Amino acid sequence: MTVFRNVVFVAAIAGLVAGLVLAAMQAFSTTPLIVAAEAYEGGGGAHDHPNDHDHAETGGEAAHSHDHGEEAWTPEDGFEREFYTAAANVVTAIGFALVLVAVSEFAGGIASWRQGLMWGFAGFAVFTLAPGLGLPPELPGMPAADLAARQAWWIGTVAATAAGLALIVFGRSVALAALGVALIVAPHIVGAPQPESHDTAVPAELHHRFVVAVTVTNLLFWLILGAVAGTVRRRFSVSLGDARGSLA
Amino acid sequence: MNTTSNAIGASASAQSRFFQLGLSALLGLFVIGFVGFAHMDLAHNAAHDYRHSMAFPCH
Repeated sequence: MTVFRNVVFVAAIAGLVAGLVLAAMQAFSTTPLIVAAEAYEGGGGAHDHPNDHDHAETGGEAAHSHDHGEEAWTPEDGFEREFYTAAANVVTAIGFALVLVAVSEFAGGIASWRQGLMWGFAGFAVFTLAPGLGLPPELPGMPAADLAARQAWWIGTVAATAAGLALIVFGRSVALAALGVALIVAPHIVGAPQPESHDTAVPAELHHRFVVAVTVTNLLFWLILGAVAGTVRRRFSVSLGDARGSLA
Repeated sequence: MNTTSNAIGASASAQSRFFQLGLSALLGLFVIGFVGFAHMDLAHNAAHDYRHSMAFPCH
């Protein structure tokens, strides 16, 4: 299982670095906007938010207690909440890195930090840009369609965009490239599940700042993830003394 | 430059390499799915701000 071990090694380092950087960026950009939006959440009534962090303090608990008999565990505001956000960032960053490194190996591997940037752009387009067109980043307190339907559209869009990009870059004919373009466009013709009404107490200005913050932080995350993966992979293969630069 | 020989595990058998790369990708998707998409309250609450910040569909 040397291939598996080496992919995990490269992904773990890239994910750890990119995840920590993303968590730090979120602490200063997206998280304050989420906390600000939660102030509008109780009164909006636009949609239910089970287990919200602030219900107990804002007095929303009585109004919402019928939704869920028992409050599930929720991290305390402050350090504990930031800690779990950071942990989720690092763990999923390693997950994204595993996918990125494994997929790129099928295409010959990420040979350098510069190639890593290109792969990072692809990851950003697949996981942030494409699903974000139909389902822009949401703040708490904003109305949204059925969760399972949105998750299904999100996963379908990511899969179709990834397949479409692969066909355009690695397909060997015009027909395959055209099919790739069609796959990228198709989810947006189908359209993402939308709520019946977009009315919300959350100010549009706050939401706009959030969309920009999420998109830019994710772009930087993917660029760092790809560049570090390319750098580590290269150094790792050199340290193994393999003249061909192979990891196993 | 021959990119094929630079790939991780180019010396492993093609079948084994394919299997191990597939396994790596599946492990990654499983991790993302659990932290980002699981409907369990525990997973949702712990990763709440993260899910919003990644524009994952959330509650």
